[in-house]
This record gives sequence, structure tokens and C-alpha cells, in this order.
Amino acid sequence: MLRLLRTMWTIRAFEEKVSELFGRREVHGLLHLSIGQEAVAAGACAALRTTDRVVSGHRPHGHAIAKGVDIASLFAELAGRETGCCRGKGGSMHLAAPTTGFVTATGIVGGNVALALGVAFACKEREKQEVAAVFFGDGAGQSGAFHESLNIAALWKLPLLFICENNGYAEFTPLSAHTPISQLARHAETYGIPSATVDGNDVLAVRTAISDAAARARAGGGPSFIECMTYRLRGHYEGDPAKYRELSELSDWKTKDPIRRFAATLVKKGTCTHEQMRAVEAEARASVEAAAQKASTGAWPSVDEVTTLVYAG
Amino acid sequence: MAELTYIEAINSALREELARDRGVYVIGEDVALGGPFGATKGLAAEFGERRVVNTPISEGAIMGLATGAAAMGLRPVIEVMFVDFITLAMDQLVNHAAKLHYMSGGQLGIPLTVRVQQGAAGNGGAQHSQSLEAWFIHVPGLKVVMPSNPADAKGLLTAAIRDDSPVICIEHRALYWTRGEVPDGEHTIPIGRAALRRPGKDVTLVATSRMVEVALEVAGTLANEGIEVEVIDPRSLLPLDLDTITASLRKTGRLVIAHEAVEGAGFGAELLAQVQEAAFDYLDAPIARVGAPFAPVPASPVLEQAFVPGAERLAGAVRKVVLGA
Ligand SMILES: Cc1ncc(C[n+]2csc(CCOP(=O)(O)OP(=O)(O)O)c2C)c(N)n1
Repeated sequence: MLRLLRTMWTIRAFEEKVSELFGRREVHGLLHLSIGQEAVAAGACAALRTTDRVVSGHRPHGHAIAKGVDIASLFAELAGRETGCCRGKGGSMHLAAPTTGFVTATGIVGGNVALALGVAFACKEREKQEVAAVFFGDGAGQSGAFHESLNIAALWKLPLLFICENNGYAEFTPLSAHTPISQLARHAETYGIPSATVDGNDVLAVRTAISDAAARARAGGGPSFIECMTYRLRGHYEGDPAKYRELSELSDWKTKDPIRRFAATLVKKGTCTHEQMRAVEAEARASVEAAAQKASTGAWPSVDEVTTLVYAG
Repeated sequence: MAELTYIEAINSALREELARDRGVYVIGEDVALGGPFGATKGLAAEFGERRVVNTPISEGAIMGLATGAAAMGLRPVIEVMFVDFITLAMDQLVNHAAKLHYMSGGQLGIPLTVRVQQGAAGNGGAQHSQSLEAWFIHVPGLKVVMPSNPADAKGLLTAAIRDDSPVICIEHRALYWTRGEVPDGEHTIPIGRAALRRPGKDVTLVATSRMVEVALEVAGTLANEGIEVEVIDPRSLLPLDLDTITASLRKTGRLVIAHEAVEGAGFGAELLAQVQEAAFDYLDAPIARVGAPFAPVPASPVLEQAFVPGAERLAGAVRKVVLGA
């Protein structure tokens, strides 16, 4: 339980630190933060094994952290340092750390879904009971790659978990303006894929849904679709004033903050005390500070690196 | 040596690699049924439909599937039925397959092979006859090979499958049923090495894919006129064996480039630029390019024939470069 809380706090602290560093121009690029959506990453990855594989999209920091990628290497990547997980060649939207099972992220909306199809295909062929999970937003649900991939995953019974983070918006536009389908999990039904729509701000509900789906996939039952209803508490990208949504909507969702909600539940159940809760947050913040500090001293890549690693071997 | 058709040579490369490496998968539309041109004939019966995998008509997802599987260490060989259809898979090819090795800081390898055929033959019209190799040579991270005969079809495909980077093997549909000697057993050709098809001292003619055949015909004709044409087949457009071409220019001082794709912004334009940067001092005449006119491929047999650069046009261009205007 405390592990889930610690993961969520680490993600929150990481994203807040990224925002701060971005203001100081110490990290760069198009940054999409996942503040408010931590329960999806933490709950889902807690239900996966280290050997399971994750593919993410343009909002990947939380997924990478929850899958166990070293935070200092993430900060360093965002800062463009050679010590970054991708040697500074990837950046925020293209994080990769395959040894942790975090195969890659991609900045192409929908592209992650088709890539994950191949990751799941390989998992199946390796016959080691590994499963693949792909995180994507509601905006990806209207892409061709999404529908092509649902069809093939269902047809071939691939061990693939489609994890949709439905935060209600794609950039500045509400989902209702992009599709007449209000629940994206209904697309799964069309293809005969078992699906569930869960409260994405309830970390235990997410974990349970993903556990069930992973067990089904491991048993040869094929793909599942889990739609997690959530909300991003910040703009679409760092610097987005988010004028397209009502302040009342934002404050409403703030009361459903996944971290505070889970902490309150734990205290209420007597699982732990207020002090222990605060200690978890403090530890997470301290580890994030230390990681950011470490990253800030990383070496810059040599400019010769521009043309290295274009080809393998 | 055995005499095989180009398509049989491809089939034999696929069969041998499927047998050699459990990580090799052949994936595409109707491939388990032999494919529309027979390249994958018999493979499903021999290796099972788990390794010779039929897909729905979802080019984007297939390219994504193969890229993701390659990132996991498998060696997928996908067949895209016509190069014209690769338009639907460009995101996965260009944004993912080509870049994942680089973007991941070298952590991911993408040992992916894309087999695709192209060319104007059989009056398929504008959406089934294009030559699009120039699109791919503009993308860092991809390798592009274009076999012009059965032996190269086998050797280059085998090398592509064993390569740890994504390689696009662009076959020419009109060559599928041409015959040639193919070395028995394992046969690989290093990617990035050109072939001298005919020596000559007066002019270098660099021709790709089906234009190699045309270039050799032209060289024969011009020999009778006292012009000795050296024909070079780059075989691999990316990486390009520029050294072999400049070495030839050192001798001939003249260059004509021939490809079936439209001339504008084509491989010829790129080669021309590279040659003038690397070998300007060897040149005794302006470089000529011969490609298709800047138009979609027309359907009518009369128009298609006029579209494809033929021997007459090519001979005219070579004469002009050698003899002056
Ligand atoms: C193919 C493609 N089209 C457009 C964009 C620009 N873009 C980046 S994020 C985004 C919205 C995505 O919304 P959603 O999938 O709901 O994810 P969220 O941002 O809400 O996490 C868009 C349109 C892109 N990156 N890729």
C-alpha cells in the first residue's frame, strides 16, 4: 500500500520539479506533465511484473517512473545530458529504458498503440508469460492506428493491455467534440475485447482492473481494454494556460486528487498514521531533489554524438 | 549455381533465413497463401502460420507491429504489397522504425526488413506503379536496397534480414519473372557495395533496379558507335557506395544517372550533388539525369510506355554527354 503511495508521490514530485526546472530553463522541450493522473501509472505498473513491457506516449514521465526507470536518468534526459536514459537523444516524449521493461514512449499520438502490438506479439512468441501494456490518451482513440491495433490484437489474442487514460481532453478540445462515443471502452466491445471503465483516480481500482487483465493475458485470454477516467490538473503542455476549461471543473477534480484520496483512505482504514503519510511524501520529495541534483551535474553530450547511433552496429 | 527467377530467389532467401533463425517472421497480406506474386509460396506449409503470418489490410498497424517486435529482438520481414501502399505505414516507418535506435540512445535495435515492390509495368495506373525510393533515402536510420537481378535479390534480402537496422528492399515487379544465375546455398551481399556491370572508358552510367537492364542494352548499342559505357549498379542507395562511382569517373570523366522514378528530387539529384562535391575535378561534362517525367504514372499502355525511361532516351542522353550537344 505504501509502495503505491510512494510511487504516486514520486511522480507528483518529479513533475512539479520538472515544471520548476522548465521555468529555469534547465529542462527542455515540449513537456506534458501527468499531475492528477498518477494513480493510473502507479496502479497499472504495480499490477505488472518487472518482465512485462510498457509502451507510452507523449505524456510518459509517470509511466516510466512507475515502471522503475531511474529518476536521475529521466531528469538528465529532459535536461539533454549525456547521462540521460537515452544519452540526451530522446527527450521527454521519447524516453526508453528497455531493461526495466519500459520499451519506449513516442510523441506520435496513436503510434504507441501500433508499436505495442509488436511488443505484445514478441511477448507471445517468447512464451515467457510476459504481457505488454500500452498507455494512451482519449485523443488516440480516434486514430487509425488505434482501431487497426484493437482488431489485430483481438484477432491474434495478443497479451496486450490497452490502458486508456481518459482525461477528457485532447490538447484543448473536449472528447465530446472529437467523437460521439462517450466511453472509449465501447470500442473494445466491437472487437470482442474484454473491457472495463474504472475510476482512474482510484489507484486500487486501477490496480485491480490491470491485475485481472494481466492474469487473463498470461492465461492466453488475449487483450483487454481498461479505460481509466481521470483528469490532468495542469495544462496540456508546460506553458499552456488551459483557458479552454472552467475553473469550477478544475477545482472539482482537485477534490478528487488521487494521492490525497488514497492517503486519506489509508489513514481512515488505520493502515497507517498521518505521520507515516507525511513521511512518505517527504521521502519521495527528497529522493526527487537528490535525483535532480545528480542530473544537473551530468556531462553534456559531445557534439560528435549528433551523428552517432543513427544505425545499429 | 542454379538458374532462378527473381521471385524464386526472394523465396529462397526467405526460406533459408526462416530455417536459420527462429527469430525471423514473415508477415503481410496473404503471405501465408504465397502472396500475390508468389514470393512467400510454400513457406507457411514449411514453417507454419505462426511464423508466416497473414495480416488484415492494415499497413500502419503491420509496420507498427513489425517495428515493436523488432524492438523486442525478433527479425520480422514484412511484405508491403505495392510501394504505393506504404504511404499508410509512413508514420511507423519514418517516425518509429527509423528513429528508435537513435532516440533510445542505442538501447533499442530495429532488425526489421520491409520487402516491397514497385515500378510501372502492367498498366496498373497512378496508384500501383510509382517508384518511391527517394522518399526513403531522405530518412536517416533507414537503409535502402534495390536489387536488379535474381542473385542480388537473394543476396541483398539475406543481408537485410541479418542487419540490425531497418532495411527496405525495393523489388521491381517487372523483374519478378526474369531469370538469372544464383549462387547455391547461403548468399549475402554486403549492403552498401555497388556492382560494376560492364566496364567502359568513355562514360559512367549509374542505373538502378530495372534501369540496369536498359543501361546494359544501351551500352551494347553504343559500343557499336564507338562509345564505351561503364555501367554501375549501386544496388544499395542508402548507404551509397560513392567510392566505386567516383573511381569510375576518374577514368571516364562523364556521368549519366538513370532511374525509373520521376526525375524531380529523385535519387539522381542526390547522386549528382554528391558527385559534384566529391569528384568535381574529374568531370569533363555536365552530369545528365534520366528519369520519368514529372507526372503521375498514366494507365494507358501507350502513355505508360512513354512514361518509363527507355533505351532510346537513355542512349540519347549518353551520346549528348559524350559527344556534346
Ligand atoms: C499524430 C499526432 N497528431 C497530433 C499531435 C499533436 N498532439 C500532441 S498531444 C495531442 C493530444 C492528445 O490527446 P490525448 O491522446 O487525449 O492525450 P492527453 O494529452 O490528454 O494525455 C495532440 C493532438 C501528435 N503529437 N501526434
